[in-house]
Amino acid sequence: MTNIPETGRTPRVQIRLVVIQILVLSLLGTLGGRLWYLQIREGAAYQKEASGNHVQQVVEPAVRGSILDARGVPLADNETRLVVSASRTDLLKQADDGKAVLTKLSGVLGLKPADVIQKVRLCDAKTPQPCWNGSPYQPIPITDEATAKQALQIRERAEDFPGITAEPEAVRRYAAPGDANAAQVLGYLSPVTDDEITQAKDSDSPYLRSDQVGRSGLEREYDKELRGKAGVTRYEVDNLGRVIGKANSDAAQPGSNLVTSIDARVQRVAEYQLDKAMKTARQQFDKITGENYKADSGAVVVMEAKTGRIVAMASAPTYDPNVWVGGISAKDYKQLTGKNSDYPLLNRAIQGQSAPGSTFKVVSTAAAVEAGYKWDGGYPCTSSYSVGGQVFKNFEGENFGPISLGRALEVSCDTVFYGLADSQWKKDGGINPKKGEPKDYFYKAAHQFGLGKTTGVDLPNEVTGRIPDRKWKQETWEANKAYWCKTGKKGGTYVQQIAYENCLEGNKMREGDSINYSIGQGDTLVTPIQEAMIYGALANGGTEYVPTIGKAIVSADGKTVTEIKPKVKAKLPISAATHKGIDKALAGVVTSGTAAWKFQGWPQDKIELHAKTGTAEVYGKQTTSWFATYTKDYTVVMTIAQAGTGSGASGEAVRNIYNAMYGVQADGSIDKKKAMLPTPQTSLPKVRADGTIASPKITADPAKELEKQQEKATEGGVTPADDTQQPAIAPSPSTTNSNTRRRPRRRGSRRMLT
Amino acid sequence: MTGNSFSVSGYGPDRAGWTRVFARDSLARRLDWPILLSAIGLSLIGSLLVFSATRNRTEINQGDQYYFLIRHLMNTGIGIALMIAVIWLGHRTLRVVVPFLYGASVFGILLVLTPLGSTVNGAHSWIVLGGGFSLQPSEFVKITIILGMAMILAARVDAGDKPHPDHRTVLQALGLASVPMMIVMLMPDLGSVMVMVIIVLGVLLASGAPNRWIFGLLGAGVLGAIAVWQLHFLDEYQIARFAAFANPSLDPAGVGYNTNQARIAIGSGGLTGEGLFHGSQTTGQFVPEQQTDFVFTVAGEELGFVGAGLILVLLGVVLWRACRIARDSTELYGTIVAAGIVAWFAFQAFENVGMTLGIMPVTGLPLPFVSYGGTSMFAVWLAVGLLQSIRVQRPMSA
Repeated sequence: MTNIPETGRTPRVQIRLVVIQILVLSLLGTLGGRLWYLQIREGAAYQKEASGNHVQQVVEPAVRGSILDARGVPLADNETRLVVSASRTDLLKQADDGKAVLTKLSGVLGLKPADVIQKVRLCDAKTPQPCWNGSPYQPIPITDEATAKQALQIRERAEDFPGITAEPEAVRRYAAPGDANAAQVLGYLSPVTDDEITQAKDSDSPYLRSDQVGRSGLEREYDKELRGKAGVTRYEVDNLGRVIGKANSDAAQPGSNLVTSIDARVQRVAEYQLDKAMKTARQQFDKITGENYKADSGAVVVMEAKTGRIVAMASAPTYDPNVWVGGISAKDYKQLTGKNSDYPLLNRAIQGQSAPGSTFKVVSTAAAVEAGYKWDGGYPCTSSYSVGGQVFKNFEGENFGPISLGRALEVSCDTVFYGLADSQWKKDGGINPKKGEPKDYFYKAAHQFGLGKTTGVDLPNEVTGRIPDRKWKQETWEANKAYWCKTGKKGGTYVQQIAYENCLEGNKMREGDSINYSIGQGDTLVTPIQEAMIYGALANGGTEYVPTIGKAIVSADGKTVTEIKPKVKAKLPISAATHKGIDKALAGVVTSGTAAWKFQGWPQDKIELHAKTGTAEVYGKQTTSWFATYTKDYTVVMTIAQAGTGSGASGEAVRNIYNAMYGVQADGSIDKKKAMLPTPQTSLPKVRADGTIASPKITADPAKELEKQQEKATEGGVTPADDTQQPAIAPSPSTTNSNTRRRPRRRGSRRMLT
Repeated sequence: MTGNSFSVSGYGPDRAGWTRVFARDSLARRLDWPILLSAIGLSLIGSLLVFSATRNRTEINQGDQYYFLIRHLMNTGIGIALMIAVIWLGHRTLRVVVPFLYGASVFGILLVLTPLGSTVNGAHSWIVLGGGFSLQPSEFVKITIILGMAMILAARVDAGDKPHPDHRTVLQALGLASVPMMIVMLMPDLGSVMVMVIIVLGVLLASGAPNRWIFGLLGAGVLGAIAVWQLHFLDEYQIARFAAFANPSLDPAGVGYNTNQARIAIGSGGLTGEGLFHGSQTTGQFVPEQQTDFVFTVAGEELGFVGAGLILVLLGVVLWRACRIARDSTELYGTIVAAGIVAWFAFQAFENVGMTLGIMPVTGLPLPFVSYGGTSMFAVWLAVGLLQSIRVQRPMSA
């Protein structure tokens, strides 16, 4: 064969061999190029992916900080409970998506199977509560009230309960010290949602899947501080999740504790007194509607006048915040938020708004002085004030003759303010104001007092209230005129008639609007916290403070204490002389004005009390009662919807709150030993070396104890009302001392044009 | 080992001892050393990579971290011995026994279809011998197809009768190749069938068969692929692998897992890699079949672009030299055999590395010399023996 020359192979084969060679090399070249692309160009991205691949994080949740009262009594803290949780991932691996296991589990726990299954389904647009709002990869708590026996049953028969765990866990506890509930102030927690995790991903406090997030109240406002930082232990794992090494780990940082200015005892007294006042009001007959008062909601704010710190804040109706712990049940959720609920989640102290009634007259008084009216002007307090054939009356037609602004405030004479507001309205040009800015002193004053905007209290979702000035009227008219013009009908029902009038000139400031406005009726809306801020400023000489509940943030180890300092919000737009006049007039309200009948025997010489009553009208409902008071140190504002007059509904309750704080006894003497808080708590609770905070003991129910003491002291005497013993307490005050109320707004009398 | 055993009769003057081995015209001097050294280099790199991939896998290494390392080296040694045997025998000698070898290999794959065969990773292509040994007869079939076709196609050309194989010869050769291919198809071992199709193409190209056969075969291949797809001839897992290749993000936890993890492993290696035994993907065993089909990912992760590139370069050297041997062979028979081996190695390397890089679908093909696996190792070293034998037997005048 060697005789065949090499050149014997045909060119065809030679060419093809070259083709093969080129093909082979280009294939290798392709591999090399791809290798370069993956390793050099995209290498960094793959390195990142690889490290995510083999590192597993074990999250150790941080212990949430406590919320403490001013003396260190915990209002919200943590306790260890046996939590039974279900892993969705494991349940879904089962043939029936875990239904059988959950049914069995419900038997052990004594729950309804349907409830348990509802708890583990995921929330989406179509799924109503209860459902799981958190991450689907996180164990879903089914109950945190498992008994040791139930937990044992589950753990010993682990093979019967795949995907179910029973572990002791720290869960939130709203301890209600001394029965102080403070539900709306404290707020509540619920699991973090996927959206929140995404949003907070690159912030300085990212969420972990297992996090609980404050949803309302202080829990939400101070969430970042309270939450702390979860610890993460990173393990290097293999493809089956077996640990093959330990990477860097971060220890959990417990959340800081929040010291508030709330005093649990005063809080309890405030809550108790508010509740009692509402119950009492429901026993009262309302002559106007011909049925008992409904007194369906109310709020009370106790504030330090010189700092704006909140000592107590109660909102009724209320609920037990512990229902949120460990996931809320369908029934509970419906009770809290359903259409037929009374919306107990609302903090009516900052989210409830209604017309201020006569408590607004301090603003009108300041406005009148600003507009140039003399303090001692001798303004006619007639029984009625007529405008264009329309009669605006003093409630029950009282007539005091010509009086000063101070006296008008003291006796709450509506007609004096009607006259002042009406003349200002005319000066500003009436229904068609002159070119240029109308002065609008009465509206300006309200803005200067801080109404129509939030106070900035350290609670979420505060509402602004409303000043029905020209701007608001214009905006509202533009937004609603189409509807008004469609539904309005001349001479129709009251609503149709109002709509008709609004359609025609709802954008204009009408004479009746200004008249109504001057005594806090009509479209004006204020919140209890705004009232507290205004009356607090009157108490301290004219400085408005931003209301605050948080007083200090104490780190878990106790080493860092960050005080939250009082913030000045504004100065009241009144001179010292005016302030003095108002101050004196409001003291007069207690001694000889509209609230005097409720404060007989009050030691006014020792604790000078100032007050203003108010009764606001709400169309189609009973009147809202307002009672705003202050001493040199405190402001107490109470309001109850559908409960009649300010002094009638709240006088007793507010007096009892002061009694408790100052130790005033039934006979008017002061027992300093029994005083809960005769002066505001200035010092912070003591932080021990280990970071824990000393907390004084608190009695089971300070409010009831106080009541018993008072009863004992006045055995057989004139006892303060107790709704169970004396259901119908002195319903009607004499006409001379308590008229804050206007003629009910009916038959269109509110409006100038009919 | 004496020089005698290396000397091939009729070539060069007879000398004694090692001097003879390395004498000017000696066999050792005429060996293709680049191929030999590259193949040894690849096998040694392979042994390190296999070691790295298996030293912590107690569930397969019987508690001995050197289990796979030792076996890989052993396989390499046996492979080299087989190569030496082939060189010693000479491919012309072997040409005589090709019909017998062909018959034996076809018998081997037929055995797989009997209850003696066992299934590994969805491919029913193994014969377990016991004692941890098993054979994959389809690896040997790749060689016998090359040899058999070369014998038929080159017979009349080498005899000087014709410049090119005629249609009848081509038909005979195709018939010879199609029998084992159909059997392998039944296993089913799609990867091996693909390799054999490429081998057939390479062999036909190198034989100088008429163009219409080349294009006809290509066309038939395309039609066949369509038919296979349409008639649902493929198993579920094969379709799934292909779908995952087309779109690896399709099911990252399921079918796409292999390709995804392989790409992460290689990509994270960067320029110089994380260092041998330090790859997190390898240590964490995220890539399945890492000592066999996905061994290239170990190189990519732990040795980086430099190390993985070296493997490609060494493969390139082997293929380049093999091409040269094909072109330099004095007889068409040698040319065809060398070209067949080039087609085999090139496709298998491209497919294996390509699938780890995500540019080819996943099939169970080993990377020549590098992947762990006895039969495959023996087969590639036998092929190296054939290449060497073709080279040493060319006339000195060239």
